[in-house]
Amino acid sequence: MSDPRIMWRRALNYVMLTLTGIAALGVVSVLFFILGYLIWNGGKSLNWNFFTQLPKPVGETGGGMANAIVGSLKLLMLAALMGLPVGLLAGVYLAEFGGKTFSFVVRYTTDLLNGVPSIVIGIFAYSLVVLPVKHFSALAGGVALGMMVIPITVRSTEEFLKAVPGSLREGAMALGASKWKTIVTVVLPAAKAGILTGMLLALARVAGETAPLLFTAFGNRFGSPGFGQPTASLPVMIYTYAIAPYDDWHRQAWAAGLVLLGLVLVANLGARLLLNRGGAVRSV
Amino acid sequence: MWSVSEGSHATAAKLAPKVPMNETRSMASEKETPVRFQISDLNFFYGPKQAIFGLNLSIPVNRVTALIGPSGCGKSTFLRTLNRMNEIIRNTRVEGNISLDGQEIHGMDVVNLRRRVGMVFQRPNPFPKSIYENVAYGLRINGYKGRLDDLVESSLHRAALWEEVKDYLHKSAFALSGGQQQRLCIARALAVNPEVLLLDEPCSALDPVTTAKIEELMFHLKDSCTMAIVTHNMQQAARASDFTAFMLDGKLIEHSETSKLFTTPKDPRTEAYITGRFG
Repeated sequence: MSDPRIMWRRALNYVMLTLTGIAALGVVSVLFFILGYLIWNGGKSLNWNFFTQLPKPVGETGGGMANAIVGSLKLLMLAALMGLPVGLLAGVYLAEFGGKTFSFVVRYTTDLLNGVPSIVIGIFAYSLVVLPVKHFSALAGGVALGMMVIPITVRSTEEFLKAVPGSLREGAMALGASKWKTIVTVVLPAAKAGILTGMLLALARVAGETAPLLFTAFGNRFGSPGFGQPTASLPVMIYTYAIAPYDDWHRQAWAAGLVLLGLVLVANLGARLLLNRGGAVRSV
Repeated sequence: MWSVSEGSHATAAKLAPKVPMNETRSMASEKETPVRFQISDLNFFYGPKQAIFGLNLSIPVNRVTALIGPSGCGKSTFLRTLNRMNEIIRNTRVEGNISLDGQEIHGMDVVNLRRRVGMVFQRPNPFPKSIYENVAYGLRINGYKGRLDDLVESSLHRAALWEEVKDYLHKSAFALSGGQQQRLCIARALAVNPEVLLLDEPCSALDPVTTAKIEELMFHLKDSCTMAIVTHNMQQAARASDFTAFMLDGKLIEHSETSKLFTTPKDPRTEAYITGRFG
């Protein structure tokens, strides 16, 4: 008991345990701190008008961000339409068909694409979509977000497909199913919950992106029907309102932050629910 | 109007001889010892590594042929050459001839071949679908348009599983026990009415009672199906098979009627293996 080495070991053990515990607590408290701060500041300005009304002209108080909420949903829809199919198919290729060299290149490139700063993606979408038609549009924003959705979807799809046991593929092929039919009728359904989760998380991840929208979707004080006009979105709206010199705008920026975070949290919870219900991969 | 119907008759007549299955079946039954699979000079390679060396074997119609031998002797590899399942694996190569009812299988459409030669694997591998959908799977992917219900029921009957699952047909197949799952996999293979059933150690993950059920089921299936079974269990080979082939290091050492092979083996290596001196 009194052996100093044992006492030293115990003390070290205790200290390290405490340190890791504090770090873990820190991680959790960061989220709760942000959430609490948002609710405290944003909750006050969050009312029904926020969801239903357009922004009021400068100088008038009140109004809402209905256009930004609709705009964000529109942008996410475009991003989903453009990014998810490509991501899904490329993920299927990597998991089921890919050879060695080409797969390596694709996988590596995907990871690089995932690491490209979002502002650079924005510039790219700007020169690709905005410059030729000479005005900002929801379409351009959708392209930018879609490009960010692709790599996340590719990798999550690949991982979940790889977790499907090979015996299921063999079973289908032994019954005369072609490779493609095996994938469509057995492998994809088995990994469905996991793949959908990955997609949901990818969309949740880009929902809060601001930089790629600044010079693609730009922004709008009004509703923008269709996909060819400058479109408001929650993150850009937060940015604009937060740096404006009006107290009322600051309050609305907080409210928008709260709504955006709520959206992302709901998506995450939905993904978790999907996973728990269906299992990431259904196997024996 | 008339010319159209005549034309369609003519096409039907032209198409008729292109269906060879019944023809070859009747030809085979006229012979004295009809052979379903004739394998000659079969070599098989995983990349540069040869796994099967000059194998010759015939698998008789509506009999059970057991393949025995120590682990890694190539018996599973051999079984998987019979429905060309090895083609899934990269860098494999086959030499020699395998004919099914007199037709070289490597010239056949692989989908057609696998419809005629079903397979049951070592571990039960039901699809993440309902019991019903598992059995119907082979029929659906082959574009079968008739009444699925009857075929699903009869397949489950043939696999001796109907009584246990008839009230749960639309429950997940994962709810079944291991032995039931394996019989479901047999029913799934039987649903497309294959001429041959390949069984790759089908009982190695099952308890003795379930194993007995599957052996009994194999006995009844002999009326309509040729079977080849890979097994590590020599009692099983002795009980359930009509012919036994002993393999060692990728070569076929001995092949004869099961009763002869187990009582009076000709090769000393066969004797050593079946008496438990190695393997």
